[in-house]
Amino acid sequence: MDLIIISLLVLGVTGLVAAILLFFIAQKFKVEEDPRIDEVQAVLPGANCGGCGFAGCRALAEACTKASSLDGLLCPVGGAPVMEKVGAILGMAAPAGEPKVAVIRCNGTCEARPKTSEYNGTRSCAIMSAMYVGESGCAYGCLGCGDCVEACAFGALKMNPETGLPEVDENLCTSCGKCVKACPRHIIELRKKGENNQRMVVKCLNQDKGPAAKKVCANACIGCGLCAKVCPQEAITVANNVAYIDFDKCVVCRECEPQCPTGALWGMGFPERLSKTAAAPAQETEAVSTDKDEKFDSAIAAKIQAIKTPRAVFPACLPYNNK
Amino acid sequence: MNTFKIGGVHPKDNKLYSAHQPIIECGLPKQAIIPLAQHIGAPAKPVVQKGDKVKVGQLIAEAGGFVSANVHSGVSGTVTKIDVTTDAWGMKMPAVFIDVEGDEWMEDINRTSDVLRECAMEPKEIIDKIAKAGIVGLGGACFPTHVKLCPPPGQKAEVLIVNGVECEPYLTCDHQLMLEHGEEIMIGIQITMRALGINRAVIGIEKNKPDAIARMTELAHKALGIEVKPLKLKYPQGGEKQLIDACIGRQVASGALPISVGAVVDNVATIFAIYEAVQKNKPLISRVMTVTGKSVKKPGNYLVRFGTPLAQVIEMAGGIPEDTGKIIGGGPMMGRAMNSVDMPAHKRTSGLLFLPEDESRRGEVANCIRCGKCVTACPMGLEPYLLSRMSELKMYDEMEQHNVMDCIDCGCCMFTCPSHRPLLDYIRSGKGIVGGNIRARQAAAKAAAEAKK
Amino acid sequence: MKNLIVAPAPHAHSGDSVRKNMLLVIAALMPAYAVSLAAFGWGALIVTLISIAACCATEWLIAKFILKQQPTLCDCSAILTGLLLAFNLPSNLPWWLIVIGAVVAIGVGKMTFGGLGQNPFNPALVGRVFLLIAYPVQMTTWPLPQGFNAVDAATGATPLAYMKQIVKNGDMSLMDKLPDLQDAFFGFMGGSLGEVSALALIAGGIFLICTKVITWHIPVSILATVAAFAALGAPAGMCPCHYTALTLCTGGIMLGAFFMATDYVTSPMTGWGKIIFGIGIGLIVMVIRTWGAYPEGMSFAILIMNATVPLLNKIRPKRFGEVVKK
Repeated sequence: MDLIIISLLVLGVTGLVAAILLFFIAQKFKVEEDPRIDEVQAVLPGANCGGCGFAGCRALAEACTKASSLDGLLCPVGGAPVMEKVGAILGMAAPAGEPKVAVIRCNGTCEARPKTSEYNGTRSCAIMSAMYVGESGCAYGCLGCGDCVEACAFGALKMNPETGLPEVDENLCTSCGKCVKACPRHIIELRKKGENNQRMVVKCLNQDKGPAAKKVCANACIGCGLCAKVCPQEAITVANNVAYIDFDKCVVCRECEPQCPTGALWGMGFPERLSKTAAAPAQETEAVSTDKDEKFDSAIAAKIQAIKTPRAVFPACLPYNNK
Repeated sequence: MNTFKIGGVHPKDNKLYSAHQPIIECGLPKQAIIPLAQHIGAPAKPVVQKGDKVKVGQLIAEAGGFVSANVHSGVSGTVTKIDVTTDAWGMKMPAVFIDVEGDEWMEDINRTSDVLRECAMEPKEIIDKIAKAGIVGLGGACFPTHVKLCPPPGQKAEVLIVNGVECEPYLTCDHQLMLEHGEEIMIGIQITMRALGINRAVIGIEKNKPDAIARMTELAHKALGIEVKPLKLKYPQGGEKQLIDACIGRQVASGALPISVGAVVDNVATIFAIYEAVQKNKPLISRVMTVTGKSVKKPGNYLVRFGTPLAQVIEMAGGIPEDTGKIIGGGPMMGRAMNSVDMPAHKRTSGLLFLPEDESRRGEVANCIRCGKCVTACPMGLEPYLLSRMSELKMYDEMEQHNVMDCIDCGCCMFTCPSHRPLLDYIRSGKGIVGGNIRARQAAAKAAAEAKK
Repeated sequence: MKNLIVAPAPHAHSGDSVRKNMLLVIAALMPAYAVSLAAFGWGALIVTLISIAACCATEWLIAKFILKQQPTLCDCSAILTGLLLAFNLPSNLPWWLIVIGAVVAIGVGKMTFGGLGQNPFNPALVGRVFLLIAYPVQMTTWPLPQGFNAVDAATGATPLAYMKQIVKNGDMSLMDKLPDLQDAFFGFMGGSLGEVSALALIAGGIFLICTKVITWHIPVSILATVAAFAALGAPAGMCPCHYTALTLCTGGIMLGAFFMATDYVTSPMTGWGKIIFGIGIGLIVMVIRTWGAYPEGMSFAILIMNATVPLLNKIRPKRFGEVVKK
């Protein structure tokens, strides 16, 4: 009996002393913190991806709470809806942010861009680009080692073994920009997702003159400027032998796409490609059809149809339009 | 016999293919492409224009900054264009294109083979002449020599160390140069000593070149203050810091320059170029290159004018061997594997090595077994296994704390790794980023200090 | 022309490989193995074969079906682990105990951590210590050396057990039971497979040092520490020289110093780290032998010091130019 009482007393007194000590220590070392930081953090996605430029969601929450306006502070994962919530908590207007997506600006597939050497070092774009031009002759294109794939925390990028190029899963991409930083060739760009997830992109950065660019890659932009000529919005500029589409001006009319002689210009988010190579046999369908089978004709006919009425065909069968 | 104290490896030296092959002059090309950036630092600014007639040895581009060097034409003819060309790695570099016509030299160049011993010039004059001649370190780094010969204020050179080590396997150009032009090198050393105002010089030569040691020792007896140090065979003895340690037993501290221990290091080829520039008025327009490899038909040492396409040099050596898998510019330890041979010879091209295909690929990478062989081999006393892992994990601050900037890229760690791990690939890439971070920090500190003022 | 191969420098390699190192260690173990074959006959051969086969099978199965990796049997590390495990077992151990030991050694000691290069503890010793603790009777009944002509398995205690008695109780009557120094050195005493002949083990160790597979630091520091400890702590009435020599030649000291403690994966990387590691092992083994419950402590000593390796790896090698000589 005594034993139980003694042990209860000892434990109780120890606990009491410890509690008092802790109370004073907690008072002494108390850190004053804005309670709104916790609230903001609760709204943020909590992926800690660092895509906002801060070291995790907590740091962004602190930055938002301290800032006098939310301009320039954006959670790329949550996008505008999350920022609106943050703005509501802090009593500030959320900046208008448009969803973006990473775009790979190289179409130098294995087929189009033959290898001129065999790289035997560590498979890393950073190491390879410090060493030399890469396995193909193109000094601007994708190196194909997948530094971007490794950098992506959301699994939105993967290498396509057939083309040797990375591909973006637009449903998973949060436009955090890690891949943009990881790419030593700077071929990844964050672009507006666009209406219906459709946008026009020049998938090439080769600044060499036309013949030189064409020599290393069949899909290279040769800077011919045909696309710029037809663009009704004047959204396309050609500088350093490469065309670039300003996505603020572009209205995705796809006038430019069939003009491209090499296949560097792409309409993304469309089921069909519009290209000269597809259009050319279409004009000669009658001449060709005599020695081609029915199947081929119908395929070409479908393509012609698609070219003639692009807008009418596409909304029904968009691959990514599942929202 | 001396050597450096930390680390080092013993690769098979493979010098037998081209050793003792007399230096042969390579013929003139039809078109010479002379790059404007053949050195560390800013590229040179062209002073000729399209259509200009140039002679051999004529200045065609001026140094473009403090750390930069003049570029002279190696051929005579007409400048057809000044444009960019690609080097063997596909990188762009500006160059002067010259269509070769005859072989007309500048009048003030002494083209005789007489050995001119007397030199009564003032140090200032000598350094000026070296700068004008566009001489850079021909050992590989291509650092402008005149900059090296002007110690920063407060520091004084005490001893000139001449690098005749040639520790890279396969290469023999310096060896052959010592055998054929030993006397000129001795005079070059005396001129350099005069320029530095010192009276002691040490020539370091590895013991796998006994004839060069004998020849240089014999010549050194006649000269005052010059000593030949035979050195034990160990790679990377030709590294600047390792050579100073081996020759005079002083170690340059981390981040410091050789001048901090009173040493100035120059390669024998550089010394020979200094002799030619000062005594014969001949700017740096050619160098000796080793073309070698197991299957090369005529491996040897070739005197090549800058601007000559490498293809022509290869032709002299009997063409590209059938079984070639890898072509390396330089030696197998630090040389760069080339993407193509469409490149002109310039100040940096110290050799061409053809490796057969079965020796060209790396071994299969296995797990690190923590044997510590890389730590033992590292001549800078670093921990390569750790640095490489940190680089993989992007822990750049930790890399800096572990002295990654001391790494000299010698490749001992990768050479010795039983698991064939690509240690240096990762360390080199991490070092680049750490170096960038340090420079950014210094720039920020400088800007902050100026803002305070 | 074919496409050229391009890779960053260096383009030369020493030709060293994991497999080569493992094979050299196996070769260095062969003299000791020959002695144990001569001493224990068929038992030694059977134990070794079962141990190696079980280790290889465990590694292959785990790599293939659990880790889903390409099995790395080609590097011969599993064979070496099997051989070293066998060296640490008595030659009359039942086969199923050997298999359990091998499964623990490779499965728990190595593959749990991700395979070769990742394990913090020496796998063979993990297997042995597991068996020693779980099956103490079988593990400490050693057959006496009888060669291939053994009729029945006569067993006896090892010299170490007697030595312990002498040191602890001062029971000098046991002195007769100690083996001759000569026998201990050349290998005619009871014990585990691999620990019978100090001479053969030293020969193998020197071979490893000469072929640069291991460095001198660990074996020398272990042996020096053990010798110093023994010389100072020799029991009264016994010549310190005799006692020191016996201490060094009996038990697993030699096997541990040259082959177990020097395992690449579980030993420090730098010279000073290795020396501290060796001294630690020497001290712990003598503490266990003198005051502990077990007559033998090499396995425990090495395992304990294995745990300190990450800490010892913090010791930096001497940087170039750290002390500028005047």
